[in-house]
Amino acid sequence: MRNLVALLSGLLFGAGLLLSGLADPAKVLGFLDISLMVKGEWDPSLMLVMMTALGVYLPVYLLWVKPRMASSQGPVLDSQYHVPNRSHIDGPLIVGAALFGLGWGMLGICPGPAVVNLSSLDPMALAFMAAMVLGAYLGRLIQRLIARRQQCPVEA
Amino acid sequence: MFSSLAIALCGGLLIGLAASLLLVVNGRIAGISGIISGALWRRESKGSLLSWQVYFIAGLVLSGLLLAVPLKEWLAIEPVVLSAGGIAMPTLLLAGLLVGLGSSLGNGCTSGHCICGIGRLSPRSIAASLVFMLVGIMAAVLLH
Repeated sequence: MRNLVALLSGLLFGAGLLLSGLADPAKVLGFLDISLMVKGEWDPSLMLVMMTALGVYLPVYLLWVKPRMASSQGPVLDSQYHVPNRSHIDGPLIVGAALFGLGWGMLGICPGPAVVNLSSLDPMALAFMAAMVLGAYLGRLIQRLIARRQQCPVEA
Repeated sequence: MFSSLAIALCGGLLIGLAASLLLVVNGRIAGISGIISGALWRRESKGSLLSWQVYFIAGLVLSGLLLAVPLKEWLAIEPVVLSAGGIAMPTLLLAGLLVGLGSSLGNGCTSGHCICGIGRLSPRSIAASLVFMLVGIMAAVLLH
């Protein structure tokens, strides 16, 4: 049952990416490239798309999920919520976000659209995905190295 | 102009609903980069090969398959074909590598930080979103 919900959520999410234009790299670049404002060609619609999505998610979290978490109740089909609870802003977060932003700004493709566009079986989409998975694997290795160094600090 | 904006906002609504569904029913975060890593490397139930993450990704791919024709016929939204964009292969691979490495080190991508993270008012996600938006804007302005 949970797997079916995940499938349905993926379907809806993908439909949302396609309808909103987030799956289209040209549209994403038309939003990120604010220098287009000078020519009057800047496309702010993706900002509104994100705000609409947040307009659904934020009230659901604040009015339903947060009170249930506070009273130790789980989601409908599980005993507990699997939600990150870290709040410390650290180096890997900022460096990672910066690297991600650079890659995103180069072509306008982020992971969700990369997966949705796999359905075209376009070789370039497959190549992007392969490079992305390799990058994610390297990131995991680095995360593990950092964790190990924090456990046993190198003596000066 | 208005209708294309209305269609886009419907898309935003669907994204919000999809992420809410996954959180309310399954208690999971709809962060795509984390879901991909989970599908590949973090199997919670060792016995089953098909984790929930695999089903979610299948849904994403399926949406592209099922909607390609209706989107083109009814809304004139053409499917994205990267090969047609004249992107050089090294650029494509470098961008993919950076997106994968960055979202893995930074624990999330656009969906995880901008929608699910800001939607939970997480300080880490707000910080990450600000950084990748700023860097993304700088890269897009300088490279295009």
